Amino acid sequence: MRANLAGKWPTAERGHRRDAGPHTITADRARRESAVAVAAAPAKPPAARRLEAHPIAELVARRLAAGVLTLLVVSVVVFLATQVLPGNAAYAVLGRSANPVRLHALERQLHLDRGIFEQYWLWLSGLFTGRLGTSLANGQSLWALVQPRLVNSAVLVFVTGLIGSVAGVALGAVAALRKDSWFDHVTSVAALAVTALPEFVVAIALIILLATVVAHLLPAVSLLPPGTYAWSQPKLLILPVATLVIVIVPYIFRMMRAAMIEALESDYVEMARLKGVPEWQIVLAHALPNAIAPTIQVIGLNFLYLAGGVVVVEFVFNFPGIGQGLVFAVQNRDIPVIQFIVLVLAAFYVVMNIVTDVIALLATPRRRIAR
Amino acid sequence: MTVAAPGKPPAAQARDTRTARHPWLTVLATAVRLCLASLVVLLAIIGPLVSPGTPTALVTFAFAKPSGHFPLGSDFLGRDVLARVLNGGWVLLIMAAAATAFGIIVGTAAGVSAAYRRGRADGLIMRTVDVILAFPQLVFALLLVSVIGPKLWLIVLAVGLSHAPQVARVIRSATLDITERDFVKVVELQRMRPSKVMAREILPNLISPLMVEAGLRLTYSIVIMSGLSFLGFGQQPPAANWGLMINENRIGLELNPWAVIVPAALIALLTIGTNTFTDAVARVTLGVDRLPEEAVLTDDLGLGRTT
Repeated sequence: MRANLAGKWPTAERGHRRDAGPHTITADRARRESAVAVAAAPAKPPAARRLEAHPIAELVARRLAAGVLTLLVVSVVVFLATQVLPGNAAYAVLGRSANPVRLHALERQLHLDRGIFEQYWLWLSGLFTGRLGTSLANGQSLWALVQPRLVNSAVLVFVTGLIGSVAGVALGAVAALRKDSWFDHVTSVAALAVTALPEFVVAIALIILLATVVAHLLPAVSLLPPGTYAWSQPKLLILPVATLVIVIVPYIFRMMRAAMIEALESDYVEMARLKGVPEWQIVLAHALPNAIAPTIQVIGLNFLYLAGGVVVVEFVFNFPGIGQGLVFAVQNRDIPVIQFIVLVLAAFYVVMNIVTDVIALLATPRRRIAR
Repeated sequence: MTVAAPGKPPAAQARDTRTARHPWLTVLATAVRLCLASLVVLLAIIGPLVSPGTPTALVTFAFAKPSGHFPLGSDFLGRDVLARVLNGGWVLLIMAAAATAFGIIVGTAAGVSAAYRRGRADGLIMRTVDVILAFPQLVFALLLVSVIGPKLWLIVLAVGLSHAPQVARVIRSATLDITERDFVKVVELQRMRPSKVMAREILPNLISPLMVEAGLRLTYSIVIMSGLSFLGFGQQPPAANWGLMINENRIGLELNPWAVIVPAALIALLTIGTNTFTDAVARVTLGVDRLPEEAVLTDDLGLGRTT
């Protein structure tokens, strides 16, 4: 079925490009996909293929290596930006209260009296040996300060990601099945409108509607002291989760809808219909899996987005997570905390990127053979 | 299913039927979207000229309800909300536009040269892109602000720079397509200098993806800029700024909700307007139903990495 489709595309694509003028992404995609299918066509004998490294394992290894390298460079950037760039970080931290004695003490605490390379090495090796240092704001150990926040943010991100993905996929699939119905139009317009809204606008709207002016159903801000876990009061999670879900669902919905429509109009669904396969089976067994594959990447992208999105949302709701910690640290110029949190967020970004790519690859069989 | 016309993969054709039905309706909808955004822009620009008073003057008690004198009430210090709303948009807009322009210029330069020169330059540029892409955009801006302080030029630079890699990826992929075309080959055979080929032959053909990118980046710039102001890292008090106003006045939401609702609604209208307009442009110029960056990402999965 695929080969048949791919055989049709190269010619189609050539004609398309001649009359379509400027670049179109669809044509570009068709071209690449057809190239893949053609490249994969002369199948090697199974024995020969087994001897090679497994293509997915190879890809994962390559992406992991690139990810580690990226993170290393990221750590240099974070380090340079916070510690070296402004001339003297100690002076920046102390600000007006700087006097020679305090400056000197802080320089020693931040290792600013050493050379740049030694400073970087001390910081980096500290990350791996657990000697993370202490917060400048209150002298607390960095790990004790950040660890509960990390857990809280992780809970927030994964609860949101789970609800958002399921809701986005379900809504997208239904909208595609009822294409051009009122449901499709309403959800599509709503998704397009919400896509662009800043998180804090959604958060404020929810607070106005559910927590203050219109109704008093939920607490507007969490009163959890830092260092406690969010699940001790699940009610406090509702509004932050709802805000982030509203922000991420439109992206997943749009992708799922487009992919599902594409799948429903494909040759293999046509074929299944002609064979007399019942409609529910066509939807569940043929269209849905093929539509979810490209959607997974967008879901992954939204997890990535959440790493930045939690910053504002946690600040709005006073949620004791890593994002609120970052905002506080930036307000206090608490350099060790800033460095650590930014690096954690970057690591999450890089790892999630690799995970998403691998899952999407596994979910798209025809891409497993191609590299 | 209809018979696929030659020239388009079936999916693209299926999408076309929807927009082809009422062409004038599409135009009208696009105009409405553009109006939405331009109304807010107009308000931000002429606001300071028609403002009834100075935005920083203390005129009444805190969180006064709307009255004849002060149609939107007062804020947490007893300043006129209407005056602050009218004065609080233009800096945000200029900063967002500047960051967008900066990001588009840097990203386009990087993307075009990566795709056209290939080889080592491509590798170097795309690895740099990977590093900047490892930071969430807001976090990247916060990182720079944390050290140098909330300077406006720095925020513009930081946000612009964080846009550049995404623009570079889209433009690189578009350029790769163009460099294979005949008219580029012809001028190359005539020994046109590479810089001239890029500027004269390739750049003009990137207009449609660039338009879509500019719209997208503008939307994101507004989101990030207003978010930074909301967090207190943009314009500093006592300046009037929509993002800052929302944060300052949300403690008095029960007393005078308008001090929060109006700036929030303006930001929302602005981003919805720019985004839906960009979406319309994307449908018309690129013929796709999804954002270009999503298409690129699903596109180069495991294939686009040139190593």
